[in-house]
Amino acid sequence: MSEATTIDLEALAREAGLPALLADLDASLIGLVPVKTRIREIAALLVVDRARQSLGLPSAAPSLHMCFTGNPGTGKTTVAQRMAQILHRLGFCRKGHLVSVTRDDLVGQFIGHTAPKTKEVLKRAMGGVLFIDEAYYLYRPENERDYGMEAIEILLQVMENQRDDLVVILAGYKDRMDTFFRANPGLSSRIAHHVDFPDYSPEELLSIAGLMLAGLQYRLSEPARQALVEYIDLRRARPHFANARSIRNALDRARLRQANRLFASVGASVSREALMTLEAEDLRASRVFAATGSTP
Amino acid sequence: MRLTQGTFSFLPDLTDAQIRAQIDYCLGKGWAVSVEYTDDPHPRNTYWEMHGNPMFDLKDAAGVMAEVDACRKAFPRHYIKVNAFDSTLGWEALRLSFIVNRPPAEPGFELRREEGPGRQQRYSTRSYATDKPEGGRY
Repeated sequence: MSEATTIDLEALAREAGLPALLADLDASLIGLVPVKTRIREIAALLVVDRARQSLGLPSAAPSLHMCFTGNPGTGKTTVAQRMAQILHRLGFCRKGHLVSVTRDDLVGQFIGHTAPKTKEVLKRAMGGVLFIDEAYYLYRPENERDYGMEAIEILLQVMENQRDDLVVILAGYKDRMDTFFRANPGLSSRIAHHVDFPDYSPEELLSIAGLMLAGLQYRLSEPARQALVEYIDLRRARPHFANARSIRNALDRARLRQANRLFASVGASVSREALMTLEAEDLRASRVFAATGSTP
Repeated sequence: MRLTQGTFSFLPDLTDAQIRAQIDYCLGKGWAVSVEYTDDPHPRNTYWEMHGNPMFDLKDAAGVMAEVDACRKAFPRHYIKVNAFDSTLGWEALRLSFIVNRPPAEPGFELRREEGPGRQQRYSTRSYATDKPEGGRY
C-alpha cells in the first residue's frame, strides 16, 4: 500500500450515501433533535473509523448498543428501523434488517426453555439490529422464579462478545426503564447510547400529520387544518395521549368519516379533488370536541 | 483415507471464511441451514445426529457459524456437516450439504468379500472406525 497520509472524509461519507441519508432523516423525521444529533455523531464516528482503518490506524469496533426512552408515540420504533438502514449503509451491519421482539419472544415458559428461545432470536438478528420493545418487562423483580433474568444474561454475553455481529436496541418508557437499569447495572453500562425521545410540540404534531397525509395522498382543506390545530390542543390535554400515534389514529378515523360522507352524498359523482380532501366536519365529529362542547 | 461425502469434499478443507461465504449463499437463497454430526462415516449412514434445530429465518451467517463452533467444541473429533434445505414447492430437499469438521485421522474403509453360492461374490464396506463403540471412535 502507498503511504497515504491524508484522506478525504467527505468523499468517504458520500461513498456511503451518508449526506442523502441524513437529509432524508431530517425531512422525514420531524423534531427529535437529540435523536438526530446522536445519529449524526454515530455516523461521523463510523466514517472516521473507516478512514482510520484505511490509513492503517487501529480502530476497535465501537459499541453501538442503544437504549431509546420516551413517551408512547415518540417514534422509537421508526427510528430503530432507520438505524438499521443507516448502520447497514455505513457498513457496520452486514444485512441491515430489524428483528423486533418483546418479552414473549425471549423468555420461555418453563425451565430450560428460555435459553434456546433467546438464542434463536439472537441468531435471527445477527447481521442486523435486535429491537427489544418494552424491555423493562424482561425483568420482573416481584417474581423470583421469573426466567427473564436468564434471557438478560444471554443477551449480555452476546452484546459483549459479538458486538460486530449485532446491535441491540432497547426501548421503553423513561421511568420504567430507569427502574429496570437500576436492577440490572451490568446492562446499563454495556449500552453506550442512552437516547431520550422528547414529546412533540403542537407545531411538530401538525407537520407530522401533514407528512402522514401526504404519504397517503390526502390533503386538508383550510378549515380542516384549523380544526386539526384545535384537535391537537384538545387531545394533548386528554389522558392517554400518545403523540404521533394519537394523530395517526385521529387521521385514520377522519378518513373513515370522509369515506362515509362521500358515500352518503347520494347521486353525486365524486371528483378526484373530493376523494383527496379531508373537510373540517370529518375532524370535528371527533369525541374530543364533543367532550369540551366546542363543536360549532 | 479422506472421507469424500457431500459438496466440496474433493477440495482441501474449507476455511471458516469460505464456510461463512457458502452459508451466506444458502441464506440468500432462503434455505434453512442446519448442523449435524456423526462418528459413523459409512456412506449409507444418511441420518446424522442433529446439533440443535434447523435454523429458519436467518439473515446472516454469524448465527450458523456460532452453532458450528459450538458443535466443534462439543465434538472436536467427529464429522460435522452443514445442510441447507430448500422448502420451495417442487424441491423440498437438501440443496447443499458439506463437511466442515473431520477427525484428525481417518482410518478408511475395509472392502469385505463374501463367497456366495456358485462363484458369486458379495461385497460390503465397513469403516475401521466402527470397530470401537459409539463415542469411543477417533
